Amino acid sequence: MNDLSRAFAQAFDLIGALDAKLVEIVTLSLEVSLAAVAIAAVVGFPLGAALAVGRFRGRQSIIVLLNALMGLPPVVVGLVVYLLLSRAGPLGDFGILFTPGAMIIAQAVLVTPIIAALSRQTIEDAWVEYQEQLRSLGANRLAAALTLLWDTRFSLVTVMLAGFGRAAAEVGAVMIVGGNIDGVTRVMTTAIALETSKGDLPLALGLGIILVGLVIVVNAAANLVREAALRRHG
Amino acid sequence: MLPLELREVSFAINGRTLIDRVSADIGAGPRTIILGPNGAGKSVLMRLCHGLLQPSAGTIVWRGAGGGKGGRQAMVFQRPVMLRRSAFANVVYGLKLTGISASERALRARDVLDAVGLAGVAERPARMLSGGEQQRLALARAWALGPEVLFLDEPTANLDPGAMRDVESIIGAIHATGTKIIMSTHNLGQARRLGDEILFLSGGRLVERAPVDGFFRAPTSREANAFIREELP
Repeated sequence: MNDLSRAFAQAFDLIGALDAKLVEIVTLSLEVSLAAVAIAAVVGFPLGAALAVGRFRGRQSIIVLLNALMGLPPVVVGLVVYLLLSRAGPLGDFGILFTPGAMIIAQAVLVTPIIAALSRQTIEDAWVEYQEQLRSLGANRLAAALTLLWDTRFSLVTVMLAGFGRAAAEVGAVMIVGGNIDGVTRVMTTAIALETSKGDLPLALGLGIILVGLVIVVNAAANLVREAALRRHG
Repeated sequence: MLPLELREVSFAINGRTLIDRVSADIGAGPRTIILGPNGAGKSVLMRLCHGLLQPSAGTIVWRGAGGGKGGRQAMVFQRPVMLRRSAFANVVYGLKLTGISASERALRARDVLDAVGLAGVAERPARMLSGGEQQRLALARAWALGPEVLFLDEPTANLDPGAMRDVESIIGAIHATGTKIIMSTHNLGQARRLGDEILFLSGGRLVERAPVDGFFRAPTSREANAFIREELP
């Protein structure tokens, strides 16, 4: 109880003082996770739409695999991306291991299956409703996929939020490929892990409270936008 | 693209025969009503003709010029699917798929929205319109394509009497511009008001075909007789 109340006090002190270190960590966390979600959306939405309206051999297997990949362990993703980006790895020449770029890649790998699998489900449900009408109007599968992506846009916001939640909360992948370097690759989750192991529990809890608060704020903002758009467009 | 020729068309799914060896020639001109009780196969037959379903057996051929893939036909469904955009954009969407230029699209969309009495709500989100307005919008979207043939699958089944009147008068207007109307209904009054000829379906079979007057005065089949007297066979 004592730890908790001290943690809250410390968290509000940090926020109130706009501590430079804290701002840096929070900013980097947001940058990395938002960039990863953006990349995952660019890959995942078209993939989800293609799986939703496409009819080809192996489709069902890909869907099962994709759904399974939603539970990809972050440390495993971190390890694989680490091996790819390390000096001796196939992508070692880029020299981006232990940079925010590597962290973005790792989180994008983690989030893409989530966005692809959830958007596939959303778009396929809509396809059932729209199929006859769109085919009657002469839409081929490509046109139908693009139409459905646009028409399910409000639901896809929620899909992106699920991806963002995953990215912002994970620690294993960014720890391995980022290295938790102070001032370079330290984000909220790795900072929390570090402070906990150092025994500075109030600071760790304080950071945790800020992280949860941030996730809530991002979700609330997205929800407001979604609700307003839904009211307008039905 | 007309006439439309159906030869021994059957459609079965999961071992159930929904359409059973239907043969008919449907020509330009008269408004054709596909009449029958629920489950007679009216909707399935329309979807087969429109090309949304493929027959399990038999052939469906457009005998006239332009009867291939590029033939202009449209369909209005019992429950229209409105895209999440404005009424105007819904009409434009259909036109866009046909490859008409952007300026022409806007022009035509305004014309048809005006013709169905929706000019005032053109910029409103389509999904926020009432059921009757949505069905008028669906008619406008189909009409804008300038179809040679328009299929209507029980277009007023979910509407109140006022909205039904609006829809019926729009169908009349579309017919007046030279579009062939092929419409399914189980509503006898509507079949009388809108139809020139009746194709009566029962149990997936084409039981009787006759001009409207003759059909209602003296139906020759037992099934049609029973249906008109509003008894189920």
